[in-house]
Amino acid sequence: MYSYDQYDQAMVDARVAEFRDQAQRRIDGKLSEDQFKPLRLMNGLYLQLHAYMLRVAIPYGTLNGRQMHALADIADKYDRGYGHFTTRQNIQYNWIKLEDAGDILADLAAVEMHAIQTSGNCIRNISSDHFAGAAQDELVDPRPYAELLRQWSSFHPEFMYLPRKFKIAVIASDTDRAAMRLHDIGIQIVKNEAGELGASFYVGGGMGRTPMIAPNIRSFVPLDQLITYSEACLRVYNRYGRRDNKYKARIKILVHELGAEEYTRQVEEEFAHLLQQGIEPPIAELERIRTFFEDPAFEDGPKTIDRSDPDFALWVDRNTHRHKHDSYVSAVVSLKPVGGIPGDATAEQMHLMAELAEQYSFDELRVMHTQNVVLPHVKIADLHALWTKLDAAGLGTPNLDQIGDIIACPGLDYCSLANARSIPLSQKISERFAANGKQDILGELKLKISGCINACGHHHAGHIGILGVDKKGVENYQLSLGGSEAEDTALGKITGRGFDEAGVIDAVETVTDVYLAQKQGEERFLDTYNRIGMAPFKEALYD
Amino acid sequence: MNILTGNDLKTGAVVWWDGNNWSLNIEDAVDVGDDAEAIMAREEQSRRVNVPYAVAATLTDGVPRPDHIKDRVRGLGPTVRPDLTLKPDDPSAITEII
Repeated sequence: MYSYDQYDQAMVDARVAEFRDQAQRRIDGKLSEDQFKPLRLMNGLYLQLHAYMLRVAIPYGTLNGRQMHALADIADKYDRGYGHFTTRQNIQYNWIKLEDAGDILADLAAVEMHAIQTSGNCIRNISSDHFAGAAQDELVDPRPYAELLRQWSSFHPEFMYLPRKFKIAVIASDTDRAAMRLHDIGIQIVKNEAGELGASFYVGGGMGRTPMIAPNIRSFVPLDQLITYSEACLRVYNRYGRRDNKYKARIKILVHELGAEEYTRQVEEEFAHLLQQGIEPPIAELERIRTFFEDPAFEDGPKTIDRSDPDFALWVDRNTHRHKHDSYVSAVVSLKPVGGIPGDATAEQMHLMAELAEQYSFDELRVMHTQNVVLPHVKIADLHALWTKLDAAGLGTPNLDQIGDIIACPGLDYCSLANARSIPLSQKISERFAANGKQDILGELKLKISGCINACGHHHAGHIGILGVDKKGVENYQLSLGGSEAEDTALGKITGRGFDEAGVIDAVETVTDVYLAQKQGEERFLDTYNRIGMAPFKEALYD
Repeated sequence: MNILTGNDLKTGAVVWWDGNNWSLNIEDAVDVGDDAEAIMAREEQSRRVNVPYAVAATLTDGVPRPDHIKDRVRGLGPTVRPDLTLKPDDPSAITEII
């Protein structure tokens, strides 16, 4: 994985010193909150319901054991013994003191991490496929391109005050595991007919109050023009994005209002101009970055798994993913125990994941946007030993992509923007479907819950989505069906009037019962929904 | 009644105006009547509290109960982590604020 060079480290160290001074000036009364707020947000420090919250960047979700140990130490030393992994492949701490913020950033910098650009109207953490570099179905490892984009977008002087925040995802397989088309820019690394690698650009996707699926604006950009084309996309947005209305300021609105064709025309015009300026980093820089992502020293070993232990076999079936080397798999560490808080991990669990990565996965971990963690390179021969340790620590729940593998935002339990609580719903749904045994017969079913219209819980993209709303001071929940953030990207449709907390849990079960009754063959929930449409579900819910 | 709340500048902890100072306990909150703006302006100047605001509340069993659930959650702590609330030993505390 990538290691900082002297410039990376110097920039991050300088920012620590700068923010330490800014925080002290705020504490000393030399800065007002209005003056300080944009400075703290540029360093990932929010003020939430109960305390300051620090969001730490995990570039494209990749980290090593040393970094995970450091995250655990921060949870212990400065927070309340846990952290929360997010749908942007980052980690958040919920109980931070302003007076500790400088020390925390210094501790992060010591392990090549930071919280820069995890908030504010700038280019945020670049996200990617959590199986990158390991997946059997990928064209190439997308992370060198994500890293190049990270370096380009970090402190980019032209893009620090965009009309609104900006999120980029990079993948390199036809299977989309990063919700690529629901990003401001989604990039898929592809090959053209001549066998050359390039980038296919999707621009103007997003969730939030106006969800949109990004259209493809160019099917092939040569890789030695990747940054130039990205810059052209950003420049057109920076010039014409709506700064007059926060709710219409995302690039998806610009692309929608201009039309994809006109937006693309303007990007192409800007691209032609930029090509003459020679802004693309030398290809040698990409090659230098690529050396950090070379395969570890895989060894041949057993290729078959002893399935005599049924609990282990179930976990293998659900929580492992095919690896490009046939003696290995990628193993998913579930942060979704039955009745647990999605994405939360204690310091002890983080230390354990770090140790297991060091022991079994070439010292690598990945954070998934679904709020789980991946050990990307596990020898099949080591798999049972790994599972035994995970299971003992409450990290071995066999529920990847099952109804218990719920994405949930922090909701009204932590977030100052939320209208309703998300986490208790996820806990109760997870408990119900574990207790009644239906999880085991439902198969793939992605349920996502957001506590407000900002959609941090990706409810628009849930096979079943739940949105919490404020109905005259009382929590209420809208149900939607048919969303997907995979390669079959779709936005869910609202079923009808909302429900109270108990009602929406019952409604989820009703919906799954309709699926089980109507399912044909090996259809997933989403397949059945797409075949039969909304009507049978509405009938069961409301008639 | 109107009560005042905010977050402590240094720690971020939720605090409530008790008439003289900022308290961690909502039980100490007092009705500020029409003085909310003046108190908030003065307290922001003193840099002890971050973004204070007034909350409509109702006195219930002698204790101010914010009318909106968001401030009731702020007054107790996350409902999904009873151990991290201000009343970790009171199992009914969470159901009372919902």
